[in-house]
Amino acid sequence: MDYVWDFGSVYEYRAALWVGLINTLRIFGICLFAGLSLGLAMGLARYSIRRWLRWPAACFIEFFRNTPVLVQIFWFYFAFPILAPFEISALMAAALGITLNSAAFSAEIFRGGIQSIDPGQWEAGRAIGMRYREIMARIILPQAVRRMMPALTNRGIEIFKMTTLASAIAYADLLHQARLIASVNFNPIEAYTVVALAFFVILYPIVRVTYVLERRMAKGD
Amino acid sequence: MSIEPILTIRGLEKSFADNDVLRGIDLDVMPGDCIAILGASGSGKSTFLRCLNFMEIPTGGEITHAGTTIGTARAGKPRHYPETELTQVRQKVGMVFQQFNLFPHMTVLGNVTEGLRTVQRMDKSSAETSARAELTRVGLAEKADEYPSRLSGGQKQRVAIARALALAPDLMLFDEPTSALDPELVGEVLNVIRGIADEGRTMMLVTHEVGFAYHVANRVIFMADGIIQEIGPPEQVLKNPQNARTQAFLARHKQFEF
Amino acid sequence: MYEWDFSAVLDNSDLLWQGLVGTLTITGTALAFGLPLGLLLALSRLSPSRWLAWPAGFVIEFFRTTPPLVQLFWFFFALPILMDIQMTPFLAAAITFSIQSSAFFAEVFRAGIVSIERGQWEAARAIGMQRPQAMRRIILPQAVKRMIPAFTERSIELMKTTTLVATVSYADLLYQANELAQKTFRPIEVFTVTALIYFVVIFGLSLCVQGIERRLAVSGDSTVR
Ligand SMILES: Nc1ncnc2c1ncn2[C@@H]1O[C@H](COP(=O)(O)OP(=O)(O)O)[C@@H](O)[C@H]1O
Ligand SMILES: [Mg+2]
Repeated sequence: MDYVWDFGSVYEYRAALWVGLINTLRIFGICLFAGLSLGLAMGLARYSIRRWLRWPAACFIEFFRNTPVLVQIFWFYFAFPILAPFEISALMAAALGITLNSAAFSAEIFRGGIQSIDPGQWEAGRAIGMRYREIMARIILPQAVRRMMPALTNRGIEIFKMTTLASAIAYADLLHQARLIASVNFNPIEAYTVVALAFFVILYPIVRVTYVLERRMAKGD
Repeated sequence: MSIEPILTIRGLEKSFADNDVLRGIDLDVMPGDCIAILGASGSGKSTFLRCLNFMEIPTGGEITHAGTTIGTARAGKPRHYPETELTQVRQKVGMVFQQFNLFPHMTVLGNVTEGLRTVQRMDKSSAETSARAELTRVGLAEKADEYPSRLSGGQKQRVAIARALALAPDLMLFDEPTSALDPELVGEVLNVIRGIADEGRTMMLVTHEVGFAYHVANRVIFMADGIIQEIGPPEQVLKNPQNARTQAFLARHKQFEF
Repeated sequence: MYEWDFSAVLDNSDLLWQGLVGTLTITGTALAFGLPLGLLLALSRLSPSRWLAWPAGFVIEFFRTTPPLVQLFWFFFALPILMDIQMTPFLAAAITFSIQSSAFFAEVFRAGIVSIERGQWEAARAIGMQRPQAMRRIILPQAVKRMIPAFTERSIELMKTTTLVATVSYADLLYQANELAQKTFRPIEVFTVTALIYFVVIFGLSLCVQGIERRLAVSGDSTVR
């Protein structure tokens, strides 16, 4: 192989990559926060004693878990604007798709975590006169969240990887910027290698953290 | 003409990191021997047995099997034990585990033929013939087509014995074969083991069944601190122990009757 | 109020069917290569030799922690320049999803293998088996049974991930939908129907998985987390 690597041409456009990284982090932040919050709400609804809460939550979760995110993003970008009375930007469409998808997946994590708590904890809470909301907020969730940490961190990693899908509808994320640089400079090898490495460098330390968390859980800590 | 020992054990040592579990064990295992090994929990009985078929690699000393010293000596280091040599020895030194370790995805017959077919490359029908003979010996011929999950603990252990016997080993190792069994199932397994001993097969047996050791073994070993503290005929070691540690150990096991 | 009109979708439904076939083709191809490759990676990562374990570990971690779309672009745009080969959307997608899914399958295999009790290894060695024999005859058959739910789950993830091929113009279901939406100016109907097709196929598969899981859970044999 006599290909001459030339990372200088990528470095020249570092400002564009920087913009991409900021945009990637922006959509990631939105989706992480909104996805987990909505996921918690959906998880609670799915676990609720009221059927009119449980059923819609179950449908939401199953629908968004069982369709590809990219299809959801395309729907919000190409179809939704016709129905919606306002403009939909690429950021909005991508964030909507990723958020709803992540909410569905994290709802299952929250539900599993909540159900994993010994029913004795509920009874103990009730025995000292606490109400459902108080028991959930003060006793069950704090314990459940500890157990869910590895799964939630994994979800966060998945969300970060998913943000690249926004580039498919021309949102200026890291991957989209790399694509621009590659087409201007004819250096796709360097451009995409840099992006791949950037993701690896950012995410791998977090992956290591999940391994530590999982090992600690396995030890019954 | 003298009879050759099946195993000659000289200066056997085994350490895990800085835990010296075996600190120099010498023993000749003669054909027809039935050696019972007693000792407190953690005294290294299992480790000793597991070194003899190289489930654990010794960190010192030599083991000679049927005239061949296993492994190759290295200057200033423990012997080197090539895997191919060890798989040969393991076929001649059978082992029965406390937890049976039957292969759950194979039938009883499959468990017993597995070594013959996969390791010794025997053809299917001869393997099944020998396997059925071994199953008959342990009284389970009619269970050949069952899966292990449908057997009682005692039956599982008897299948495990048949699996080891199928390879026609010249020495059988039993590591607390009845410790994982409900009390009412212990008898059937001990009976099978006694039957094998009565055939004159050579065996070594770690057990807490002191009464069984007394009646079946021709020699009894008491282990403590990684060495053999006392060895001799059962009448001597069990009824008239010389070693203070042996006396203390047996005093705690006085509930058995001879 | 928006007037729904599905006639344009129905008239062109053959396009969507072709797309679904494209989706299933790429999923099947990636499975066919990804499973054996995943087993190979898992065995290497578990090997006592560091020369095998390290590179396998790196490949697995790298392909699990980088976005599949970046991988796809790399194989589609960069690889042909490096290797001087003719790259097609199908080839790029097949390479990407085979390797990417193999990294995930490797972890499924590994989890299944290490979940088998030590006693099984010991019993195999005690009758004279060597490591590869014990792996093939004793460990893997038991491990694979436990891994089935995790496998199916991963395969479903794989099918969802294959939608990315639409971005390099491979005619999968999503790509065909996009074409159709532009042709008919009926994006709402087209993308809604497309989402439903995906849902029916994938949800149907998940139901099967849950059935298998329940049956295996009864026999206590599943390693799904
Ligand atoms: N695989 C191992 N790794 C580290 N230590 C071990 C291992 N196997 C046994 N040991 C240690 O060796 C000692 C003797 O164990 P063992 O031979 O099982 O005793 P026994 O069978 O007499 O109860 C114990 O201190 C145990 O912790
Ligand atoms: Mg022991």
